[in-house]
Amino acid sequence: MGAGMMEQILQITLNVNGQDHALCLDPRTTLLDALRENLDLSGSKKGCDHGQCGACTVLVEGRRINSCLTLAVMHEGEAITTIEAMEDATISALQAAFVEHDGFQCGYCTPGQICSAAGMLREFAAGMPSYVSSNLSAPALDAAEIRERMSGNICRCAAYPNIVRAIEQVAG
Amino acid sequence: MKPFRFVRIADAAEAARAAGHDHHAKFIAGGTNLLDLMKLQIEAPAAVIDINHIGFDTIEETPEGLRIGALVRNADLAADSRVRARYPVLSRALLAGASAQLRNKATTAGNLLQRTRCYYFYDTTKPCNKRSPGSGCAALAGFNRIHAILGTSEHCIASHPSDMAVAMRLLGAVVETLKADGTTRQIPLAELHVLPGDSPQTETTLERGELITAVLLPAPPPGKQLYRKVRDRASYAFAIVSVAAIIGEDGGAAMAFGGIGAKPWRVEAADGLRNGDEIADAVLAGAIGHGGNDFKIPLTRRMIRAVLRDAKEG
Repeated sequence: MGAGMMEQILQITLNVNGQDHALCLDPRTTLLDALRENLDLSGSKKGCDHGQCGACTVLVEGRRINSCLTLAVMHEGEAITTIEAMEDATISALQAAFVEHDGFQCGYCTPGQICSAAGMLREFAAGMPSYVSSNLSAPALDAAEIRERMSGNICRCAAYPNIVRAIEQVAG
Repeated sequence: MKPFRFVRIADAAEAARAAGHDHHAKFIAGGTNLLDLMKLQIEAPAAVIDINHIGFDTIEETPEGLRIGALVRNADLAADSRVRARYPVLSRALLAGASAQLRNKATTAGNLLQRTRCYYFYDTTKPCNKRSPGSGCAALAGFNRIHAILGTSEHCIASHPSDMAVAMRLLGAVVETLKADGTTRQIPLAELHVLPGDSPQTETTLERGELITAVLLPAPPPGKQLYRKVRDRASYAFAIVSVAAIIGEDGGAAMAFGGIGAKPWRVEAADGLRNGDEIADAVLAGAIGHGGNDFKIPLTRRMIRAVLRDAKEG
């Protein structure tokens, strides 16, 4: 092993937005690169590629993760949801709310913001607390909670106030 | 990333045996730290063993406390109703770390074994004894405001980055492992991480192939549990200084600290003290600043006072 080793290619099936895709991948391929480069699903964005900006956020089995910090071959058999999932009611509602509230400027972080918000709303509905929850057992989703829970998504245009409003609207 | 061979192993003993035979192998669980380091070629394992299917992903009641599976995700551990009710300092510490996306992926064992965020460890153009033994420590005379003031050596002043480990250290956690030869052992968390000394590349007492399978929490000690963290932004940042504390009814405190130590820092000799300055004197005995992080010494003292005040007010 080591330098000069034969590069391994793995055959896997990824389920993305309800559709199975057979792929042959170098195991180094991140989930983000598999989505963008192999499946032409370029909605998920590569910002930092180090898990610091959140632009690559997708849902795996309904949970939001940084798709840049995971290998595609680790997600065989799991349901992956991206910004392209038009049939996902929460993602669609968030897309409309971001437009209505002008929750972006350049838009590069927006797919990650929306997937992250969809995951966040599910986490809140499941009763998960956050760092700013004064009561760990009964958190309430106010603006401070939304800001804390969305802190893994950076917007360098600083559209944060309108992002919070858009999410508040969908949260109801 | 350098090429590697990817294998998924669904049996813990087999995974430990495989890693025991190959010192260029790494386990991958959440992967949030390992893959980051692999992209930068700070880590370049020849084999990556996917252990996400070995089990050890539940939290179980024990007669005394809880057994937390190594693969329990940080988000699930923080949200577990028993942890929220009985070990709120652990929930709070977990929620203070990283982002929601990372906590959904990062695991209990991976959190304990994450590497330092020292800028020079990450910068492969700079000397670093942890990354490249014998090359020197660029942090000693460099930008070191995030670095440790306790447990350091002339070879390394990196701080341990975990919040979770600080709370677990305070709670007296014990790590359960499975070795390459199939035997198991228990390691008190206090003995898992080692100080840098003259070999900062060695960070734990784990043997080759040894796999953490669970973390045991004893019964929660009586008293009020608190976690207080100071960082450079309000969320999603590593601790400059953090303190986990349990304050008894008589005001006697037990504390552990993040951001200031080469490993999660705890001074048992200070247990039971009520006075903030006395606690600070005990905890900060031997603290050494390196210029950029001198402020951590008075900041830690103020954090101790603040957490005692929090306990009284809250």
